[in-house]
Amino acid sequence: MSAPTTAPVQPVEVPPPPAPTVGSHLRDYLARVGGGDMGALPAVLGLIVLCAVFAILRPNFMTEGNFANLFTQGAAVMLIAMGLVFVLLLGEIDLSAGFASGVCAAVLAQLVTLKGYPWYVAVAAALVTGVVIGLVIGFLVAKIGIPSFVVTLAAFLAFQGIVLLLIKGGTNVSVRDDVLVAISNRNMPPWLGSTLMLLGVAGYAAVQLLRHRNRTALGLITEPLAVVLIRIVSLTLIAGTAVSILNLERSRNQLVSLKGVPIVVPIIVILLIIWTFVLQRTAYGRHVYAVGGNREAARRAGINVDRIRISVFVICSFMAAIGGIVAASRASSVDANTGGSKVLLYAVGAAVIGGTSLFGGKGRIVDAVLGGAVIAVIDNGMGLLGRSSGFTFVVTGLVLLLAASVDALSRRRAAATGNR
Amino acid sequence: MSATPLLELRGIDKSFGPVQVLRNVDLTVNPGEVTALVGDNGAGKSTLVKCISGIYSSDGGEVLFDGRPVHIGGPRDAAALGIEVVYQDLALCDNLDIVQNMFLGREKRSGLVLDEPTMEQMAAETLAGLSVRTVKSLRQHVSSLSGGQRQTVAIAKAVLWNSRVVILDEPTAALGVAQTAQVLELVRRLADNGLAVVLISHNMNDVFAVSDQIAMLYLGQMVAQLKTSDVTHAQVVELITAGRSGGLGLAGDNGNGNGKRDTQTTETTTSAGADA
Repeated sequence: MSAPTTAPVQPVEVPPPPAPTVGSHLRDYLARVGGGDMGALPAVLGLIVLCAVFAILRPNFMTEGNFANLFTQGAAVMLIAMGLVFVLLLGEIDLSAGFASGVCAAVLAQLVTLKGYPWYVAVAAALVTGVVIGLVIGFLVAKIGIPSFVVTLAAFLAFQGIVLLLIKGGTNVSVRDDVLVAISNRNMPPWLGSTLMLLGVAGYAAVQLLRHRNRTALGLITEPLAVVLIRIVSLTLIAGTAVSILNLERSRNQLVSLKGVPIVVPIIVILLIIWTFVLQRTAYGRHVYAVGGNREAARRAGINVDRIRISVFVICSFMAAIGGIVAASRASSVDANTGGSKVLLYAVGAAVIGGTSLFGGKGRIVDAVLGGAVIAVIDNGMGLLGRSSGFTFVVTGLVLLLAASVDALSRRRAAATGNR
Repeated sequence: MSATPLLELRGIDKSFGPVQVLRNVDLTVNPGEVTALVGDNGAGKSTLVKCISGIYSSDGGEVLFDGRPVHIGGPRDAAALGIEVVYQDLALCDNLDIVQNMFLGREKRSGLVLDEPTMEQMAAETLAGLSVRTVKSLRQHVSSLSGGQRQTVAIAKAVLWNSRVVILDEPTAALGVAQTAQVLELVRRLADNGLAVVLISHNMNDVFAVSDQIAMLYLGQMVAQLKTSDVTHAQVVELITAGRSGGLGLAGDNGNGNGKRDTQTTETTTSAGADA
């Protein structure tokens, strides 16, 4: 290694590293986990443990009806958490995301119920509201230089007031538009759910196999084909099982049929795919990670850091708007508490539990979905156990604290082992 | 001496408020040579580099690239000319892998999508061209690399873009003996490949090991730019710390006192004597 500087320089052929095998792939993965890069592992394990505990304590946790409930209950939080992942990737925070979703839901309710506009106008207005909110917050953070904590804390208070003003204080504005109500309360016909699931799985398999073939053809180091196949098969099994459970009849009433995948599920899946694509496959996504990892390095690489910082707040508030629409649909109404109380903390918790770091630079969109599932299971299971909401808050708080500790500890461990 | 220097600075001035950091600085950088830029803390080395790379704009003086006067208004202008800087604090993102870091801000795309295979191939070729053989995988996160490996990645990043001038700010400051040797070997190889290399360093051993010319800054003034073979270790240290050494360097206090460097010494290179 310690070639003296005076030694003649001989170009040495780089020996190609040995092709990875399933075994070496597994070893690498275990080494990464041991080194503090746990990814989604805590969330997946937590999900399994929680489901097992609730299934033992409360057998009706494991019913088809409750399984479908989990998706509709967790949807809004997952959607808001997806947006928060972008903000957290920069090491920033958006405390206003909850009430931003409330404001957008209130705009929606205003237009569709009180002013009588068609649903698509109201939805567009709600989404535009989200984008404007994000632009203002992003401008204040990136251009004026106020810490995001302070800006969004102020926005948190102000938006709470705006929701009250929009729905004329305290009243409950109902949302009765068929399309809007359907989002969270209707299901797809079983054949459609199955078809979409098969299309999704086939698409995933095609992308994975094509990438593997391309890389092999170019002589680049690839994962072993077996690992790719294992991933495809596991996804097929999980998605297939979930869809077939959701396609079972879950109505207790003989007169009404209730089966199929809730409409909100494909919405979540499509947004998950879009944002994952943006983060992993586009230059923009790469720049988000770079700014989160080392802002000065990103600036010196010619990345417009301010624009990236503003954009993540826009994405976050936009996703909050979608979350608000879904929440309004689920409740079929908007009131002063829409997007309030625990929504924000659940969303931040979802992202962090899923494995997104509060320190920036590390996280994926799927974290929001996995963490959101953990939160939904806790919320739902505690409800079934008949615990008071006080108890549920305490448990959720503890889980969030646990996730943040895992984040901080794995970061320390990573620093110690020089691994991320 | 080859025809025109690749990069030539004439009379660069730079002040921060009342503090004048650079005073009438000249510098000549030739292709295929390592030009060491040395000076004590606060002599203005880093400021000079930032003026060249467009991070600061200079208050006065001119920059000639390939003999043509150019204006460097920002990092992108410098990059467009083929000037790349490898900073002291590395400027790598720990949470990205080697390929991602090397292409940061200049990613190859096919349409909207990042063209990862092309980037990985180019990165592999560049590293192989520099005979880098210490990294295990190009998809390793930079945080898992040693200091020397990081420095190698940072240098490879600078070379990737057909750059013509590579400026290295203290590339060996934080490295151990073996890693320092590796990096210096790499620096030498860059120059042998025909690049113009500017090496900023505090370490005289490094400077004498790899440089062809030494430019010495003292309190914001360029005291001399000499061939490495024409000066001794002791002379360089004296020039850096006192601004003069025997007949070299700034004129004494009882000399002409205008702060201009002494242009009569025969050892000075063409550039040092250019404005005589």
